[in-house]
Amino acid sequence: MQKKTTATVISQQMIADGIHDLWLKTDLAMYAHAGQFVGVYTSDVSKLLPRPISICEISDDFKAMRLVYRVSGENAGTADISKLKENDTVSIIGILGNGYEFVKIFGEDLSGANDVVIMGGGIGIPPILQLSKELYAHGIKHTVIAGYRNGDLYLNQDLANYGTLEIATEDGSVGTRGNVLDVVREKGIKTGVILACGPLPMLKAIKKYAETSNNNREVKAFISLEERMACGVGACLGCVCKTVHKDTHSNVNNARICTDGPVFDCREVMI
Amino acid sequence: MNTTVKIAGTEFKNPVMSASGTFGSGMEYEEFVNLNKLGAVVTKGVSNIPWEGNPTPRVAETYGGMLNAIGLQNPGLDVFCSRDIPFLQKYDTKIIVNVCGKSVSDYIEAVERLSDEPVDMLEINVSCPNVKEGAIAFGQDPKALDNITREIKAHSKKPVIMKLSPNVTDIALMARTAENAGADAISLINTITGMKIDINRRKFVLANKTGGLSGPAIKPIAVRMVYQCAQAVNIPIIGMGGIANAEDAIEFLMAGATAVAVGAMNFVNPYTMTEVIDGIEGFMKKNNISDIHEIIGCVR
Repeated sequence: MQKKTTATVISQQMIADGIHDLWLKTDLAMYAHAGQFVGVYTSDVSKLLPRPISICEISDDFKAMRLVYRVSGENAGTADISKLKENDTVSIIGILGNGYEFVKIFGEDLSGANDVVIMGGGIGIPPILQLSKELYAHGIKHTVIAGYRNGDLYLNQDLANYGTLEIATEDGSVGTRGNVLDVVREKGIKTGVILACGPLPMLKAIKKYAETSNNNREVKAFISLEERMACGVGACLGCVCKTVHKDTHSNVNNARICTDGPVFDCREVMI
Repeated sequence: MNTTVKIAGTEFKNPVMSASGTFGSGMEYEEFVNLNKLGAVVTKGVSNIPWEGNPTPRVAETYGGMLNAIGLQNPGLDVFCSRDIPFLQKYDTKIIVNVCGKSVSDYIEAVERLSDEPVDMLEINVSCPNVKEGAIAFGQDPKALDNITREIKAHSKKPVIMKLSPNVTDIALMARTAENAGADAISLINTITGMKIDINRRKFVLANKTGGLSGPAIKPIAVRMVYQCAQAVNIPIIGMGGIANAEDAIEFLMAGATAVAVGAMNFVNPYTMTEVIDGIEGFMKKNNISDIHEIIGCVR
């Protein structure tokens, strides 16, 4: 389901420095799943384009969705969105993108769901909450590794509900000092399938880890990419990513992050 | 109420179409827009062979507009003819194929191939500012524009629209050049070359350094240029540049455009084109206008 529609704000609060937690009532919620995103419009008409924001959580009644996002600057569109209050309305467009598709990742009977580790870094943490929730709903045991800059944690309590939570902080104030892969090494966590979202250096490191890991087994990794985008529906070709194979839609080695992704098999993309 | 307009013998049910590059071939917007309602779909530029386009970032938002430097990525004519044209044929709308190339022979190859396809018109992109070879190089020099227009007209069995660049000193001269060389119509404006700098990283925002500015920010420039061209030529004009609603579209019609195209605003509000169509009808009703030709070029 794709449409531009009006959502109503259920609540909004700041949950960490610059990180906002917005619950929206919208019928689009019933069509959404982990790894997908919506475009959120600002009320400032000089800022034309919808802000792509990943879906952090879908309510149990499928009538609301939670967006956790970072305000990227004083005059940014996200600063405008962060001012929304209960009962305000906001325009959104969605549901956009392909998320973490379990059948594609684990196989038809989900038999490939062994040693599943999901990793979120920074503002890549929010979408792994819904991911963890969906894995749990499918009875897939998994480890959740969340990487933060410092002890100003967010969503960590929610993340502890559905999987085994491990935390990394760059300054070592909580959990393992370092990044998400440092947790894997330090704790000796078995990685069969990695599902990740986070900044590009983290995703590059995961791709390298998956492709070179010497633990006598193939490590699969599916990563969620980000790029500046305009339309969000695959028409403008703004947000492409170089691919190993020729993309069937574009007929060149470019996939559209907004529609072919944002989640890709790390072996398919050149990052 | 008559909203039909005619361009080079082709009749459009209404004067509203997509601007090339902002609507793909319509597939991506199928769920948002009833394509049967549109006067025409103008496809994203297609070339004789597939083009990779530019590195990313390719787009950036600006105040009331956006910059793009996609670089005319397209799947090439083979895929386009076997996939996109049959897709559009399912709908009751006209098909205008935008054609790009790096050399005169590229354009000719594409135009000849499309001459035998079930499409209504060809729009020739001689105005994209984001590719190193071809495109705008043909649209900024009257001699080059004259030459390529004549070459294309000599090889095309379809009516030819030359899409003009605003990145010129005298737009009326370019319009007259296209007309004299045999163009059946002109469309304008393509994007205006712009630049955005990331002051924190001290770098260009776009990988291509420059990009084409589109969106409501450019509308007054576009209206002015359409007016100037309308005063200069007799062939029909398809006007575009920042159209966001029916009022904007009516400005272009009054300035002398026979039809209008919606561009960047498709990205912002996928329903823009249908809203413009309904809004034009509403304006006509409200003002007792029975034929859209009453307002086309009414402001002199």
